[in-house]
Amino acid sequence: MAQSTRGLAPTSFGGFVRAAGELVVQPRMGFSSPERMRRGLDATRAADATTVGTLTIDSYTRVGDLPAARRALDEGVDLNGFPLVTHGPRRTREMLDGVHGPDFPVQVRHGSAAPQDIVRALTAAGLHATEGGPVSYCLPYGRTPLKESVRNWAESCRLLTDGVGDGAEPHLESFGGCMLGQLCPPGLLVALSLLEGMFFAQHGVRSVSLSYAQQIDPEQDAEAVRALRALAAELLPGVDRHIVIYTYMGVHPATRSGARALQEAAVRLAVRTGAERLIVKTTAEAHRIPTIAQNVAALEDCAVTARHTEPGAAARDDGGSEVYAESRALIDAVLNLGSDLGDALLTAFRRGWLDVPYCLHPDNASRSASFIDERGRLAWSSIGSMPLGHVATARPAAALTSGGLLEALHHMAARLDLGELTRAPSGEPYPIRDGAM
Amino acid sequence: MTGLGSPGVVPRDDAPRGVAAREAAGRLDVVVTGTSSDAHTWNLIYLELLLTEWGNRVTNLGPCVPDALLLERCTARVPDLIVVSSVNGHGANDGLRLIAAIRESAELASTPVVIGGKLGTLGDGSAAWGPRLREAGYDAVFDDSVGVLEFHGFLEKLRAEARC
Repeated sequence: MAQSTRGLAPTSFGGFVRAAGELVVQPRMGFSSPERMRRGLDATRAADATTVGTLTIDSYTRVGDLPAARRALDEGVDLNGFPLVTHGPRRTREMLDGVHGPDFPVQVRHGSAAPQDIVRALTAAGLHATEGGPVSYCLPYGRTPLKESVRNWAESCRLLTDGVGDGAEPHLESFGGCMLGQLCPPGLLVALSLLEGMFFAQHGVRSVSLSYAQQIDPEQDAEAVRALRALAAELLPGVDRHIVIYTYMGVHPATRSGARALQEAAVRLAVRTGAERLIVKTTAEAHRIPTIAQNVAALEDCAVTARHTEPGAAARDDGGSEVYAESRALIDAVLNLGSDLGDALLTAFRRGWLDVPYCLHPDNASRSASFIDERGRLAWSSIGSMPLGHVATARPAAALTSGGLLEALHHMAARLDLGELTRAPSGEPYPIRDGAM
Repeated sequence: MTGLGSPGVVPRDDAPRGVAAREAAGRLDVVVTGTSSDAHTWNLIYLELLLTEWGNRVTNLGPCVPDALLLERCTARVPDLIVVSSVNGHGANDGLRLIAAIRESAELASTPVVIGGKLGTLGDGSAAWGPRLREAGYDAVFDDSVGVLEFHGFLEKLRAEARC
């Protein structure tokens, strides 16, 4: 198992991932009951793969509706995650006892624009890794004003760095590479990931990960991850960092073969671009919240695929890719707005210099829109006021109707369920492993 | 109106075109909303586009709408229809609480309200929750296994009634 690296404490999430020696795989897992959550973590740890654990928080806790979480627990209503704050530090520590440790770090995943209670609860329970960001945990997810979210996240960075005990290095992952899950052109995803990573660093976090969610075209995705890595090297010097890939977060294929093909494409993306960690989905994704067994099967399947995938060329120059050019333009524009990144982000959204397509949040300009172009890549039908005019050409005629939107949302699932993408580039079918899935 | 104002996304409802223009008299005032604990938005964006293309006027309240906010917005200007959409698995639980609050409001006691999406955590929303939700006061339940045609049929019936 992993050793500490670059002087990081042995119980560092970032240190564990970078020292792992192979792709680290991680489920999206959260259950209401501590007993079941414990079983889930035990099973994740015991999986035949290099894993880290996940404590996904329920959505009542996420929006700060603690009475509703309390009521649900009292009435035995099944929640879609672990109510960390309501269970409290003692119960959570008991649940984690003997499973969480230097060789099995556990990350708290939530989705809150006001995460102070969650951060206090996780540090009090002895945890030190979480994820989010002032933009990516605000705009897609609710009604909190962006200004409040920026303030909340600045405070949460402080709570995390102050609250974590001796010997552990707090870790924060930016969710910025996943805004709304799908149909966001990668240039904007990469820019948001980087800007949030820089925001964390500005607020004292020394170990970060930068996310990118698999979109619809493998080559465009690879350009994105290489751009993310290149920009991180330039803009986050001296910060411990790694890249985490999310398996496709949009509408998931309903067939087992389709879901597996999509998952395998995500693994190949991660390995070929040198990403260090992968958030795994399961073949049940389209139908229900997956069981523990389905999660473990997916983790093991990904590990096998990763071990059979050739890593890509290490240091490929990305200065020339479309994604790099778009990300760079957006990041430079925001950094030029001032030295305080929180303020710069607010100004950028107010001016529409950052503008997330199909985002309903009042603090988003909502003048940008995307579509799937004739190459099968995500492209802009409108760039609104984003400073991309010199690097991207928007095509207004491509704006989506409801039918077009639905088709775009189901683009991957439909193609995969029809079996179109289930062959390797060589034309050989992918080997079918009939495991527990 | 909604914050979804992209010229590339939504035909603005102050510029009805085609069928919408011809049928403006039968146009419904529809409020689309997520539930208090559900942060998903693609369902809401799709519904807004769809209902607008079908010639209705749409107010999209977005995700994570607290019950009180929905009540405040709907009692201020009683809509012809409230569409509650949820996909996170808490929809039925949130929806039961929400409809009780809506039906207690004098202004909204008889307003048509429908709910749809993935309503439970086990993928059996319609069978498990449909009867309870209807009994609690929803006029119709469109679990995600139900296609858009039934929803369209429901809308057309409402529009026909509105024209009478």
